[in-house]
Formats: sequence, C-alpha cells, structure tokens
Amino acid sequence: MLGLNNKDTRFLLIVVFLTLATPILLQPFPESSGMAQFNAGYPDLMQRFAIFGIFAIGFNILFGLTGYLSFGHAAFLGVGSYSVVWMYKLLDYNVLPGLVLAIITSGLFALLIGFISLRRSGIYFSILTLAFAQMSFNLAYSVLTPLTNGETGLQVYGNDPQYLIGENSPTSPHLFGLVMNESAKVNIGDWQFTFNNGYYFCAVIAILAFYMSLRIFRSPFGLMLRAVKSNQQRLNYTGLNSRPYTLAAFVISGMYAGLAGGLLAAMDPLAGAERMQWTASGEVVLMTILGGAGTLMGPVLGAGFIKYFENIFSKINDTVLHGWFGWLPDGVEDVIIFISHFFVGKSWHLTLGLLFMMVVIFLPGGLVEGGQRIAAMLRRDRAKTDDGDDGEHHPKTTPHVAE
Amino acid sequence: MDAILLQILNGLDKGSAYALIALGLTLIFGTLGVVNFAHGALFMIGAFCAVTVQRILSLSFVTVDETQKDFLGNALKVKTPYVESWFGPETGGMIIEWSVPLAIIFAIPVMVAVGFAMERGLIKYFYKRPHADQILVTFGLAIVLQELVKYFFGANPIQTGAPDVFKGSFDFGVMLGFNANEIIYPYWRMVYFLFSGIIISGVFAFLQFTTFGMVVRAGMADRETVGLLGINIDRRFTIMFGVAAAVAGLAGVMYAPINAPNYHMGMDFLVLSFVVVVVGGMGSLPGAVLAGFMLGILESFSSMNWIKDLLPGIDQIIIYLVAIVILLARPRGLMGRKGVMED
Repeated sequence: MLGLNNKDTRFLLIVVFLTLATPILLQPFPESSGMAQFNAGYPDLMQRFAIFGIFAIGFNILFGLTGYLSFGHAAFLGVGSYSVVWMYKLLDYNVLPGLVLAIITSGLFALLIGFISLRRSGIYFSILTLAFAQMSFNLAYSVLTPLTNGETGLQVYGNDPQYLIGENSPTSPHLFGLVMNESAKVNIGDWQFTFNNGYYFCAVIAILAFYMSLRIFRSPFGLMLRAVKSNQQRLNYTGLNSRPYTLAAFVISGMYAGLAGGLLAAMDPLAGAERMQWTASGEVVLMTILGGAGTLMGPVLGAGFIKYFENIFSKINDTVLHGWFGWLPDGVEDVIIFISHFFVGKSWHLTLGLLFMMVVIFLPGGLVEGGQRIAAMLRRDRAKTDDGDDGEHHPKTTPHVAE
Repeated sequence: MDAILLQILNGLDKGSAYALIALGLTLIFGTLGVVNFAHGALFMIGAFCAVTVQRILSLSFVTVDETQKDFLGNALKVKTPYVESWFGPETGGMIIEWSVPLAIIFAIPVMVAVGFAMERGLIKYFYKRPHADQILVTFGLAIVLQELVKYFFGANPIQTGAPDVFKGSFDFGVMLGFNANEIIYPYWRMVYFLFSGIIISGVFAFLQFTTFGMVVRAGMADRETVGLLGINIDRRFTIMFGVAAAVAGLAGVMYAPINAPNYHMGMDFLVLSFVVVVVGGMGSLPGAVLAGFMLGILESFSSMNWIKDLLPGIDQIIIYLVAIVILLARPRGLMGRKGVMED
C-alpha cells in the first residue's frame, strides 16, 4: 500500500493510530487522582510533540542517514516561524499560505547554507552550520529588526494590512475557518479528553512527514545517503559525486525544520529570534540521539520524551514531593527531597543532561536500541529453551554516529 | 589614529579571553585528540571559583551594636565578616577586596582536580569513539555542569568586583601625546591582558623548556612511538588535560570582574572559541593564540561607528564570517599543520 511493503504498511498504520489516539492515550489517569499531573493530554503539549517530532524526523534525514552533524538547524526553524507570521500580517490568519512560504524560504535558505557548509565534513561541517545559525540569530536580533521585530518578536498588530481578512474571519490562526486553538472536551467518568483542532492539524502533517521520511529511508536515494555515512571516500572512488545527495538531504531536512517552525507559529502567532539560537539546534540533536539516530521511530520518541519531561518534570515541586515521600520517616524524607531537588522542578535540565550522557556512553543507538536489546534479551531467553544459535549470518551493523 | 588605537585596546581583553580558552581547547585536541565541548563550562566554573572565594571571605556574623540606632530606635545589627574580626578591619577589608586575585590560588587546584576527574571519569572512554560522539558527550556534560552551577548560584549574574586599586581607567592617550580622555582604558582590562600574556607564555615555556613539555610535544607528534619508548604518555596527557582546565579556569576567574558571571557564560564563549580554534588551525597552539587576539581586535574594529554605517550588523557576525571564509579557503586554518583534520 502507498508504495510500501507489508511490514512498513503495518508500521505506518500503527504510527497513524498512535498519533490520532494521542489525546486518549496520554490521559491515562483520572482527573481527581494524585497521578493526574502526569497526564500529558493537553493541547499545548500534544502540539509540541507533533511539531518537534517533525523537526526531529527532518533532522534525522540528514544526521541519521548521512552522519553529517549539523548544529545550526534552529536557523530554519526560526525562518519558518517568521514566514508564517509575515503571511498573517500581509494576508490573514489562514495558516496555509504561511506554511507553504515557510517551506519554500527555509528550503532556499538551506540550499544556500548547505551549498557552502557541505564543502567540509566532520567537525568542520558542524562548526560551519553553527556559525551560519549564530549569524542568522545575531542578525535577526539586530540589523534585521524591520523583518523580525528584534527582541520583541514578530507578531500581528492592529495596523497591519491583512489584505484578505474578511468581516467574519477568525482573529486567531485557522485553516479555512477551522480555528486552531478550539477544542472539543469529552468527559467520560472521571476522565477528561481534549480533542484540539490544532493538534489534529499538526498530527496529520506529522503523519505525512513521517510517511515521506519512511519513503526516503526505503528509496535508492536513502541508500545512497547511508553509503555516504558508512564510507564516503569509497563512494567517491566508485566515481560518484556524493555532494548532490548530501545537499538534497540537507535541503529536505531544512524544509522539515522550516515546516516545524511554521507550525509553531501556526499554533501561537508569535516568532522570536531565540528560536534560532544554537541551544535550540542543540535540542534537536539531543532529541534525535536520545531516541536513536538513523532509526525511523527514534527521533519522534526522543522529541516526545524530551518535551514530556520538560513539561512534567519541571512541574514537580515541594508539595508534590512531600506528598510522595510523606510516608517515610522525617529525616529520610528530607534527605530524599533534598536530593530530588537536583533533578526536578527548575533544574530538570540536569536530568536531561545526565540522561543524554548515559545514552551516548552506553546506548549509542538511543532509546530504540535500548528497546531492541530488551526485546532481544527476552527472545534469547525463549530461544535458549529450543535452539541457541539461529544459524544465520549477521553482518556487523554500521555505527549509528558517523565520523 | 587615536580611534584605531582605542579599538585595538578594546579588542585586547576579549581577545585574551578567546586566546586563553582556545589555547586550552587546542591543548586538549592536540594531546588527546578529543573535541571538548565542555571547555566553556570549565571557563564558567573558573568564574564561579572567584564568586565562591568572595562569598567565603565575606562570610560574616551578626552582632547587635547598642551604640548605633536605626531609624526606629532599635539597636542596629552590624554584620562583621570573620576575616575582619580575625585580622582587624584594615587587613580583613583588604583581603575581601582582593578576593578575585586571591581566587587564583584557590582555582588552580580546583580546576586541575576538575580536569583530572573529567578526563579519568569520562573522556578516557571516548578516545577511540568518533569526534561526533565526543562532541555529544561533552555537550551533555556541559549541560550538567551548567545546571549544577545554576542550582547553587541561581540564574542571575553575580557582580564580582575587582580590587579598588584597579577600578577606574587609565588615560592612555596622554602618555602618547594625545589629548586627555581620548584613549581611556580600564585598569582591570589591562591587568587581564597582562595576566593572559603571563599564562600563555607560561604554558609555552612549560612545553618548550621542560623535559615534561618535551615529552608531551613528542607525544603530540607521534603518540605511539613515545609510548613504545617506555613513557607513560597517557598519564602525561591526563596532566595536560588538567593544565588545560586550569588555563580555562584562570581565564574565567580573572574575567569575573569584567562581566558578572552567570551560568551560561561558558556556552557563549564556547561557540566563539571553537571558531577561534578552527581559524587558528586545529591542533596549533600559536595559531589558537594568534587567532584569539586577531578575532578579538577584529570584533572591536567592526563595532566602530563608520564601519557599522557602511555595513550594518557587521559587528555581530564578523567572527563567524571570518571563520566561514577561512574554513572554505584554507581549511587547516592560519597555522594548522598540513593534514591535521583537513577534510
């Protein structure tokens, strides 16, 4: 189906189901229970899952397949956001023209940066992309203020032309009248489910993005990109010029980032320069590595994981901790709460940093590899009972992070 | 002429900081072959060493002074630092005032210990892994260090003053025959520049004129052969990592009065010092120093008004622009050896 073999079709269907059922799946605890704070089924967070999922999927097409580590992808995210807000200012609050423009401008921008940066590889490539992104960030803050509104951030003002806006047009982002921040709430027993227009819009785009990346992974083009990662020199010796392929990958991943940035502005009509800062580029690197670079599902998992913990971990405060450890003797309770302070609340980044280091040290394949190892362990236990070796030849897997 | 001189002076202090950080980065890269993204965090830890020393020295106890009354008529509570009560107000006050220079003594062992711990505890396992892995794991470490500092010191910048002697500015122009107040330069920045000069020449002298340094240089050129000669090169490289950490830390200690330390100052400097290392040439120590000063001065030149009028925004991007041009035209950098990371 859709040019995929059976296994991939099944995989895609599972992803589609999970994405569409997210508002229900992420709301497993009843509202009145103490665990309700772990529910992630509110629109704002779910939108972020989908948007950063798209961002990470796109980044993975470059980094996971070719091994080129870009530290400047946030620049495209920012460009996408600015494009969408400009379309709001010039036309009206319909998100579609903005998103199209976001993909085009970020694609062109990526073409320019990629054309120059891809002349070098390895750490030089990382530094070149980093330099370009920092340049864009600094310029957006200072000289480009007429375009970006500098520190205040770009937003729609009352005196903007908005040529297409009609009498009854919604005054917040919408898709042909479907207002993004409206949602339907369904109460079943003690559970409350929120079905948000914006989330479903992002989800549909995320599914399309995932499908595209699945096709790229399975295509001859994807194979070529993997060849770049495993041995570029050898590829060149066979008479192939690898640069058009890497450039195409760079542009595609830049367009994904632009789309993600556009969606950020489609959910909340604001765009600020801090979206282009290199910490934002670092975040998408974290997501991809944490989930598993070079795997299909990994980046999405990583994005979901980081965004979930960013929102949930940072909400755990003293009261919550006392509620949890209240049953312990006083002294022990105080010690535990003192230690947990390092990891939750405002300093949850520490947890993230530690976790990231653990993953790079012990699980270079990320969460996906972790899952696979556990699955393999379970299977081995079962296999031991009948037959140890499966007798097949297993080639050595390529490393997940290329040099 | 005077304007040009002023810009050169202004560029020197920032250039010194770049040069010191880049020197440490290059030491680590040249010896261990590791790309250390946590080097900016070491710079930041150095700056917070200064903050810590200042806080320790100004620890005080509260006494109720019956002779003085506040505006409600209650006895005034007076805070007296322990140091002042031990050494008398004169000497004690002096010690507190000089806490930043004193922090150097405190920072050297701390930074060397941090460097050792980092190398033995983490970096050691990454020699054979690809550069991308090294970047990633040290990036993670930088986040962790940054968050720890944020946890203990808060997110706001902490003012850390220089000794009173060095407050105020030096009228440089009068000395050279210009009018007064045309070229003025803060004393502390001059101190910083001289300090960085001492550190840089110290490191070079150490490498050039001691047996230890000779072995390290030999190891940088050919690690395997030096190892085959029966020298424990790994241990010397670990010590060099400690030295590099101390250099970054000292750069941070002395930088504290110039810019109030905050937890993300390391990251801000890291990006720039990587650019500096690349411009100077990966693995070249003189290159790193030269590029550091050059880029610092170039940055301050580009913030001159008439240049900004000519090319708006150039002061924001000049360093990156230079880096891009150098990387494309001469990937081994200004003074890089041929064939080192040249692809």
